[in-house]
Amino acid sequence: MALKTEPFVLNLGPVHPSTHGVFRMRATLDGEVVVDIEPVFGYLHRGVEKLAEQRTYTGIIPLTDRLDYISAMNNNFAYCLAVEKLAGIKVPERAEYIRVIMAELQRIAAFLIAVGAFLNDCGAYFTPFLYMFREREKIVDLFEMVSGQRLTYNYMRVGGVSQDVPEEFWPALRKFVDEMPRFIDEYDRLLMQNEILLARAKGVGILTKEQAINASASGPVLRASGVKWDIRKADPYSIYDRFEFDIPTGTVGDCYDRYRVRVEEMRQSLRIIKQAMAQIPSGPVRAEVPHLIRPPVGEAYARIESPKGELGFYLVSDNSIAPYRCHIRPPSLINLTALRDMVRGWKVADLIIIFGSIDITVGEIDR
Amino acid sequence: MTVALSGKEIANQILEKFPDSIIESSEKDLVVKSESLLDVATFLKETPGLDFNYLNYITAVDYYDHFEVVYMLSSLEHNHSLVIKTRCYDRENPVLPSVVGLWQGADFQEREIYDLMGIRFEGHPNMKRIFLWEGFQGHPLRKDFM
Repeated sequence: MALKTEPFVLNLGPVHPSTHGVFRMRATLDGEVVVDIEPVFGYLHRGVEKLAEQRTYTGIIPLTDRLDYISAMNNNFAYCLAVEKLAGIKVPERAEYIRVIMAELQRIAAFLIAVGAFLNDCGAYFTPFLYMFREREKIVDLFEMVSGQRLTYNYMRVGGVSQDVPEEFWPALRKFVDEMPRFIDEYDRLLMQNEILLARAKGVGILTKEQAINASASGPVLRASGVKWDIRKADPYSIYDRFEFDIPTGTVGDCYDRYRVRVEEMRQSLRIIKQAMAQIPSGPVRAEVPHLIRPPVGEAYARIESPKGELGFYLVSDNSIAPYRCHIRPPSLINLTALRDMVRGWKVADLIIIFGSIDITVGEIDR
Repeated sequence: MTVALSGKEIANQILEKFPDSIIESSEKDLVVKSESLLDVATFLKETPGLDFNYLNYITAVDYYDHFEVVYMLSSLEHNHSLVIKTRCYDRENPVLPSVVGLWQGADFQEREIYDLMGIRFEGHPNMKRIFLWEGFQGHPLRKDFM
């Protein structure tokens, strides 16, 4: 005779190492099996969209740093593209290349954290994470050279970047780009065929192609489900149409595929950086833009492929010095839409891994 | 390159099927009557050749005399996109039909609009505040919120 059980509600988070910030889930369990979950947001809600309505267009850039704070360069990039689209500003060539180099370096740094934190969730407690941080540190050093900051860079400006990179940046970048493939190989040797990782991640938390598209998933989550969709290729912004790179995709859409896609994308980012370093022209790094930008009345939506997915800014201008409305399309929040379908029927320990494989930053979810 | 389809051309296609469903259209977007939103959205998603299977984002803007809700749709297969808008004139109790049944990706975004702008989406399975706590007074992204 089957034992009669009653559903049990388990609260996960908001302050717990596996929740990547202050994210909270209310999980309903039947024994150890997840019956239902309800994500609870808002612990880091700062009202960025409302704050933006009271700031000048340039004054919003530091706010964007604090959205997805582990890929601040990408946030700057998306926001500046939106204002440039709205105001019709042309960016100098050299600035475009610097932006692409920074965005791709930031992508590698963000994926290092994503992969490291994912392995943390798998139970490889902090050893792989520190391996990843060893390399991320070098990228952060590069960013410190150009912006003086190590987390919230505030480096890009409407019409370019705040200043040209210093002389010592190029040899350091060259060294990083030459060394990095060896480290990615090292991660592969260490992890790719690791028995524990395979057992815990293969076939776990499958998100089918149809589900992923229907739930508006983007970025590595969408690509791991087998959809070849990368905004850098599908709708090239800035100068991405000048570079050669591949879009890695998964086949099954399980946690392992999401992990693999991120590792492969690091290699592709390095390819882009190498090409950009070879092509970069000299010249000014910032267009002539007035201190107070007053875009004409209208609206614009610009999007980029951030490490999390499609990051977009929807701006409405009323010809004043501050936007009338500034909406942020948060890939982290929207990627979580399918979480409920992905975890039902799995055990609590798998719930942590599936959630970790989506890779979120709470600063961007709550804004 | 994603092709932004002309709102005018799509509007003509929609008007053939649902006369009197569109308020205005331009090259960039088209504005749908809120009563016809679900019909138009279903048409856009299911018509072969359009196949808008991907909802990029939903957002709302407060223009004092009305709210405008903006939907950006894409087709990953054909790589084209379209912006549709709808308006809501009731400030006290604005209601729109929910599109969660068509695109699951609308789930959290509609809750966010309800939380911050105060527009209720009818047919949403879990219409409650998302960032602010239950019992919070007002909707902060409205222009008259102090």
